[in-house]
Amino acid sequence: MLNIMKFRPLFLFVSCFLFLVSLYSIFKWGFKYSIDFAGGTIWQLQFSQDIKETNLNKIFADNKIEINSLSINGKIADVKLKLITQDEKLKYESEIKKVDPDVKELRFETVGPILGKELIQKTIIAIILSSLSLLIFIGTKFKDFSFGASAVLAMFHDAFILVGAFSLLGHFFGAELDALFVTALLTTLSASVHDTVVTFDRIRELKRKNFRLEWVDLANQAVSEVIVRSINNSMTIIFMLLSLVVLGGLTTRWFAMALLIGVVCGTYSSTAVAIPLVLFWKKLKLQK
Amino acid sequence: MNPVNQKTLNIFWTIIGLSFICLIINLPPKFTVFGKTFYRPDFSINFGNYSFKKDLNLKYGLDLAGGASLIYDINTTTTSKENISSALESLKNNIERRVNLFGISEANVKLTSQSGQNRLTVELPGVEDVNQAIKLIGRTAQISFKGENTKVTEATSSASFAEAFPTDTGINGSHLVKSTVQINPNNSEPEVGLEFNPEGAKLFEKATKEYLNKRIAIFLDDVPITYPTVQSVISDGKAVINGKFDIKTAKELSAQLNAGALPLSINLISQTTIGATLGKNSIDKGVFAGLVGLVLVFTFMIGNYGYLGLVANISLIIYGLITLTLYRLIPITLTFPGIVGFILSVGMAVDSNILIFERMREEIRAGKPWNVAMELGFGRAWDSIKDANTCTIITGLILFNPFNWNFLNTSGMVRGFAVTLIVGIFISIFTGVYVTRNLLRVLAKKNIQK
Repeated sequence: MLNIMKFRPLFLFVSCFLFLVSLYSIFKWGFKYSIDFAGGTIWQLQFSQDIKETNLNKIFADNKIEINSLSINGKIADVKLKLITQDEKLKYESEIKKVDPDVKELRFETVGPILGKELIQKTIIAIILSSLSLLIFIGTKFKDFSFGASAVLAMFHDAFILVGAFSLLGHFFGAELDALFVTALLTTLSASVHDTVVTFDRIRELKRKNFRLEWVDLANQAVSEVIVRSINNSMTIIFMLLSLVVLGGLTTRWFAMALLIGVVCGTYSSTAVAIPLVLFWKKLKLQK
Repeated sequence: MNPVNQKTLNIFWTIIGLSFICLIINLPPKFTVFGKTFYRPDFSINFGNYSFKKDLNLKYGLDLAGGASLIYDINTTTTSKENISSALESLKNNIERRVNLFGISEANVKLTSQSGQNRLTVELPGVEDVNQAIKLIGRTAQISFKGENTKVTEATSSASFAEAFPTDTGINGSHLVKSTVQINPNNSEPEVGLEFNPEGAKLFEKATKEYLNKRIAIFLDDVPITYPTVQSVISDGKAVINGKFDIKTAKELSAQLNAGALPLSINLISQTTIGATLGKNSIDKGVFAGLVGLVLVFTFMIGNYGYLGLVANISLIIYGLITLTLYRLIPITLTFPGIVGFILSVGMAVDSNILIFERMREEIRAGKPWNVAMELGFGRAWDSIKDANTCTIITGLILFNPFNWNFLNTSGMVRGFAVTLIVGIFISIFTGVYVTRNLLRVLAKKNIQK
C-alpha cells in the first residue's frame, strides 16, 4: 500500500502555488476576451494571391476604421475590428474588392456587446446549477455531506486553475476566452468530479469491509488501489486531446487545450485535493 | 473450464451482427475496392402502405458546412402588450417565407427571448450571398393585387399563379389602411376585412368592376396568399374576404396583410458567416487528429493490458461505429465542438474498461481464477462506472439545456458539444461494459483453453 496521504503538505503547497499564480495572473494581466464576450467583428478573407499587410492597412486607414489586429498568413488575412453594421461592411467590402476582385470571405462574425454580457450571466448560472446538482447527487449518494462538499471544492479548485491558466496563456500566447472556453470549463467540472467519485466509491466500499480502520488508512488504501486506473484513464483522454491540440485546426486549438488542462487538473485534484479535504473534515469532526 | 453457454454465444453474435449493420451504414455512399465499385444500400422500409426512408448522410452544422447565422433584436415597443405574441408569430412567418423565397433548404428561423428582449435567429446553411440574404430579410414586404386571366385558368388547371394572375391592378401595400378579422353576423363565420385609403378605394372600385365574378389574387412577397372571387363592385374602399376560414387562419391572413411592412421592426445585432472551404479544412484536420489519437490509445491499451486491451480496442471500434450510426439516424448535426466532444468521448469510453481491468487484476492478485476474476471485476466496477458517469451526464444536460431555458446557454456550438458528449457516455457504458464482457466471455475462454 502506498502512503500517498503523507504527501498532503506537498499537495497543499502545489495547490496553493497554482492558486496564487492564477490569482496573480488574473489580477495582473486579466483576460483576452473574444468577441463572444466583448463584442466586435472578426473578418477572415482569402485573397487570390499573397497579400501585403500595408495594402490592407491602407484600405482600413482610408476609411478611418480602427482595426484591433490584423494578421496575414499567405493569402489569408484575419482582421479584428470594432462592431460594424451591415452597411459599413458592404462599404469596406467594395473597397477591398477594388484591390482584389476575387477575394473570398472565409468567415465574418459580428457580435453585439449585449450578447457578451448575457454569456457571462449564463455561464455563472450554469456553474452554480451544476455545482448544486453535483453537491446534492454526491451528498445523497454517499450519505455524507463532507464527501459532496470536498468533491465540489476540488472541482472549484480545478475550474479556478483553468481560468488562471487561460489568463496566463492569454497574456503570453494570445489565447482568448470565448463561448467554447465556457464549455470546456463546465466539462472540466464534470471530469473532475468523475474522477473523484471513483475514488470515493472505493473508500466507501473499504469502509463497509473494515469500518474500524482510520480514515487516513482507508484513504491510502483506496488511492493506491485506484491510482493506476486514474492515471491510465487520463492518459487515454490526454492522447486524444493532445493530438487535437497539435494536429487539429486553429479554431479549436484553445478549446482542446482548455479541456486538456481541465483533465490533468481533475486527475490531480481527486487524489490531492478532494481526499485530503475529506480527511480534514473528518479530523475536524473528531476534535469537536 | 465450462464451455461457453448458448445465451452468451447468442449475445456475442448479436453484437457482431449489430456492428456489421453499423459498419454498412457508415460506408461511404460509393467506394471502390480492388477495381470494383460498391454502393451503400439505401435505408428504406416498406411496410404495407407505410414507407420509411432515411437519409444516411452526416449532417454538418453551419461551422462545418458553411453558411450564415443572423441574430436580430426585435423592437416590440410599438405594439400593445396583448398583441405582442401574435405580432411575433406573424413576424416569424414573414421572415420564414422570405428565407424560403431565397431557396435555402433547411433554413431555420427561431424566436428566442432573453430577459424581456425578444430575438430572432435566422440560420442559413450553405448560403452563398449573405449580403443579399440580409437585404431580403430586412426589406419591406410587397403586397400586390393581381387580376385573373380567365383564359389561362380555364385552359389549364396547373397554370402557375404568375400566369393565372398576370394583371397588376396597381393596388399595393401602401393603399391598405388595415385588415381586421370580423365575424359574419349571418352565418357567424370568420371573415377578413380590408380597408383602403381613398386612392386605394378608387383603384379597388375600378378593379372590382373589371374583375366582377372573376378572381383577384393577393400576393405577399410574390407568394399568393389568397385569391377571392369578386362578388360585387365595391366603391367605399371596404372589402370583405369570406371563405372557409376558421378563426386561426383568418387571424393569420389578416396579420399577413397588415404586415405590409414587417409587423415589428428588427435590428441585426450579430452575424456569423463561415465559408465552405474553412469548414472542409476543419473536418479534415479534426478527423486526422482523431485518428492519430486513436492509434495512440490503441497502442497504450494493448501495451498495458495485452490481450484484454485488444478486446477493449474492439469494443472501442464498435463504440465508434454505433455512435456514428446514431449521428446519422437521429440525426445529430455535427459541429466542430461536436467533433471535439466525440473525440473526447472516445478517450472517456475506454475508462470503463480500464476500471474493470484494474479491478480484475486485483482479484487475480487475490488468488481468484481468471474467469471468476473477470466476472467479479465487471460486477464491482459497475457501481463506480454508474456514479462517475451520472456526474458527467448532469453537466452534459446543463450544457445541452433540453428544456430551452432562457437563463442557460442556447448557442448551437455549446449544444453540439453537449449532445455528442451525452450520446457518447450512454453508448460507451453499453460498449465498455456489456459488449466487452460478452466478447471476453466468448473470446477469452477460447484463448485460455489453448
